[in-house]
Amino acid sequence: MNEDIKTFTISIYTENNIGLLNRISAIFQRRHINIESLTTSQSEIDGVNRFVIVVNMTETNAIKIVKQIEKQVETIRAYYHTEEETIFTESCMFKIKSDLLFNEPQIQNIIKESNTRIVTVNKEFFVLEKSGRRNEIESLRRDLNVFGIMQFVRSGRIAVTKDEMKITELLTAFNNQ
Amino acid sequence: MKTQTLKTKKVANKIERITGCEAVVRSLIAEGVDILYGYPGGAIMPVYDELFKFQDQIHHVLTRHEQGAAHAAQGYARISGKVGVAIATSGPGATNLITGIADAQIDSTPLVCITGQVASHLLGSDAFQETDIVGISTPVTKWNCQVTKSEDIPAAIAKAFYIARSGRPGPVLVDITKDAQFGELDFNYEKCKGVRSYNPIPKTSQEAVNAAAELINAAKKPMIVWGQGVILGQAEAELKTVIEKAGIPSAWTILGASALPSTHPLNIGMVGMHGNYAPNKLTNECDVLIAIGMRFDDRVTGDLSTYAKQAKVVHFDIDPAEIDKNVKTDVAVLGNSKESLAMLAEALNENSHEAWLKEFKDLYTIEYDAVINGDLNPTKEGLTMGEVIKQINIQSKGNAAIVSDVGQHQMIACRYADFNVSKSNITSGGLGTMGFALPAAIGAKMAAPEREVVAIIGDGGFQMNIQELGTIFQQKVPVKIVILNNEFLGMVRQWQQLFFDKRYASTEMTNPDFVTIAKGYHIEGKRVSNRKDMEAAVKEMIESKESYFLEVCVEKEDNVFPMIPSGASVSDVRLS
Repeated sequence: MNEDIKTFTISIYTENNIGLLNRISAIFQRRHINIESLTTSQSEIDGVNRFVIVVNMTETNAIKIVKQIEKQVETIRAYYHTEEETIFTESCMFKIKSDLLFNEPQIQNIIKESNTRIVTVNKEFFVLEKSGRRNEIESLRRDLNVFGIMQFVRSGRIAVTKDEMKITELLTAFNNQ
Repeated sequence: MKTQTLKTKKVANKIERITGCEAVVRSLIAEGVDILYGYPGGAIMPVYDELFKFQDQIHHVLTRHEQGAAHAAQGYARISGKVGVAIATSGPGATNLITGIADAQIDSTPLVCITGQVASHLLGSDAFQETDIVGISTPVTKWNCQVTKSEDIPAAIAKAFYIARSGRPGPVLVDITKDAQFGELDFNYEKCKGVRSYNPIPKTSQEAVNAAAELINAAKKPMIVWGQGVILGQAEAELKTVIEKAGIPSAWTILGASALPSTHPLNIGMVGMHGNYAPNKLTNECDVLIAIGMRFDDRVTGDLSTYAKQAKVVHFDIDPAEIDKNVKTDVAVLGNSKESLAMLAEALNENSHEAWLKEFKDLYTIEYDAVINGDLNPTKEGLTMGEVIKQINIQSKGNAAIVSDVGQHQMIACRYADFNVSKSNITSGGLGTMGFALPAAIGAKMAAPEREVVAIIGDGGFQMNIQELGTIFQQKVPVKIVILNNEFLGMVRQWQQLFFDKRYASTEMTNPDFVTIAKGYHIEGKRVSNRKDMEAAVKEMIESKESYFLEVCVEKEDNVFPMIPSGASVSDVRLS
C-alpha cells in the first residue's frame, strides 16, 4: 500500500486572474503538502498564465491534486509530470565583493568552468548568474561560499514538457462552441 | 407589502446610463431573482437604496443575522433548484456569511452572495469594516471576485449566476466596492453563456455507460447508493427507471433522501453512520456497487480500507475530481445524471434480484425489532424523537418538506421521515452546521409556499440562530417549527456516553422557556411532554395556516442507533 514519494512537476494553464494563486495554493495547504517551488508567468498563449509547481508526493495524491486544481473555474488545464517527462532548469544569482575577483584567482576559474555569467561588476561587488540543474547550482554555491557570498538567490524550477500540451486546441474548441 | 416605484425603466436590450448600485439590482432581476436575503450596512447601502426603489420587482428579506441570510438562501435553493441570493455589508457582515457559504460549498448548493466593500482607494488600509472577504471566502467558494469598477458589475453578476448554477452547483461571492456602486456605467445585461476555462458538464461516454451496464447486467448482487447528484441533475425519473428495470436494491445518502419515495419497494434506506442496518452491512456483500451522484463521504464509508472491497465499483458523477478520490472506481461515468442515467437505462437488461432483496428485508426485520419499533412505538413513558417524526408523517401524509438541523434529531428525522416527493429533505449534510434549520426553513417556505415546511431542530441548534424567529414574525412565514428538546447536545452526549465513559463535558443545557420566547415574537406555540398531547399538538400544528412553534420534551438520554463508530467498518454497524 505504501506508495513512493516522488518529485512531480505540476503545470497549470490558467486565466490571468487576481486571487487564483491563492485558490491553487490552498489546495496544497488543505492536504498539508509543502510546495517546493512555484513559478508563474505568461505562457505561449497570449492572456494565458502558466504555473509550474514542484512538489514531493505520491502519484495517487498528484492525480487527486491535479483534478482539484482543474476543477477551479479559471483553470484551463492542469497536468503532472515526472522529472523524466520534462526538461527543466533553475536559475540563481550571487552577489560577491569585488576585491575577491582580483585577490582570489580561484574564483575566475570557478566562473569559467561552471559556465557562469558575470552580470555586472562595479567597485564594491560583482553579480553572477547561472542556470542549470539544482546540483550544479548547489555545487557552485559551495565553491563560492568558501570566499564569502554577500547575497544568494535561487529561482524555482521552470519546466517544459516533452509531450504536447494542446492548450491552443482546447481554447479553439471553446471559441467554436 | 407596500410597493413604491420610483424607477420603472424597462430592462430591454438597449444601453442606459445608470449607477453601479442600480446595475446590481437590475442584474439580479434580469437573472430572475424574486427574493433575496440580507442585512444592510455602510458599504452596501447604495444597493439597499436601489432595493427600496425596486421593491415591486424584488423582495428583500431582512434576516436577523447574516448567517441567517446565507442559510435562508440555501433553503430557498435546495427546495426550488434555483440560485439562492444573500447580500451583506463589508467586514462583519461579509464574514458572518461564511458559515453558510462553506455549508453551500460542501453540499453543492447554488448561491450568489453579494457583499459591499470599502471604497477602492481604501482597500488594504485597514479601513472601517474592511476585511479581505475575497481572500477569506476563496477556499469555500466555487468562484469569487472583487469588482472595483462600475462597468464590470453586470458581467461579474452574470458570470456569478452562471457558475453557481451550472455543472456541480456551488456558492459564489461577488464583492463590490462602494465607489463601484456609486459610479455610473452603460447598462446592458447579457447572461453569461460560458467561461472558456470551465467545462461544467463533462461529456458522458457511451463506452463508459456500456462498461457500467455490462458489469450491472452480469451482477448477482448489485446495489445502488445514490446521492444529491440525482436531485441536482433532476434525474429522479431516470433513477427510478434504472432501479426498476434492473431490479436493484437502492440506498441513499442523507442528501440523496427523497429522490425516490420512501415507500418504493426497492428503496432499502439510508447508508452511513446512522443509516439503516441492511444497506450498511450489505455494502460489504454486494458484487457491484453503483454510486450515483454521491461522493463517498467518510460518514458514509466508515473505514475505507474495509469498504466494499469485494465489489466492482461503478461511479456516476458530474465532477471528475470525485472519481477515485476516496474509493477506487472500476468504471467511471462522467456527466449529468439525467443524461447518463437515461443512457444507462437503455443499456440495462430487465432483471430482478429477489433473493438478494430478501437479504435486505431480513436485516430490516432485525433492525426493526432491535431499534425501529422502540423508536416509533415506544412502550416507555418518555417521548422518543422517532414517534414525533412518525406523527408528523401521519399528519402531513408524508408530503412535508423536512428541514432538519444537526445532531440526533437530524438523524432520526432522516431515518424516519416519509418522503413522497423529491427535494423534501433539507439539511446540512457535509458541514454539519448547527443553526442551519430555522433560517433554511424560512427560505424553503418562501420559495415553495404551496408546500408544508416543517423544521425539526434540537434545543442546542435552535439557540444558534434563534433570532430568526424575528424574520418569521416580520415576514409572516407560515413555517412549522418543532423543537425536540432533550436538554442536551444529544449527539455529543451520545458519543461521550459511548466513547468517553459518560463524562458529559459541557453538553447539558439549562434552557429558557422556549414557548414564551416564541410568543414574544407572536408565534403560536405549545410545549408538550406526554404522548397524547404530542399527537394532538402535531395535528394542530400541521393544520395551522400560520407559523407554529411546538416544543416536544423528549427522553433526555436516548441514543441513535444503528451506529457505525467513527473509523469502523460498515460491516461493524451496531444496533445498540
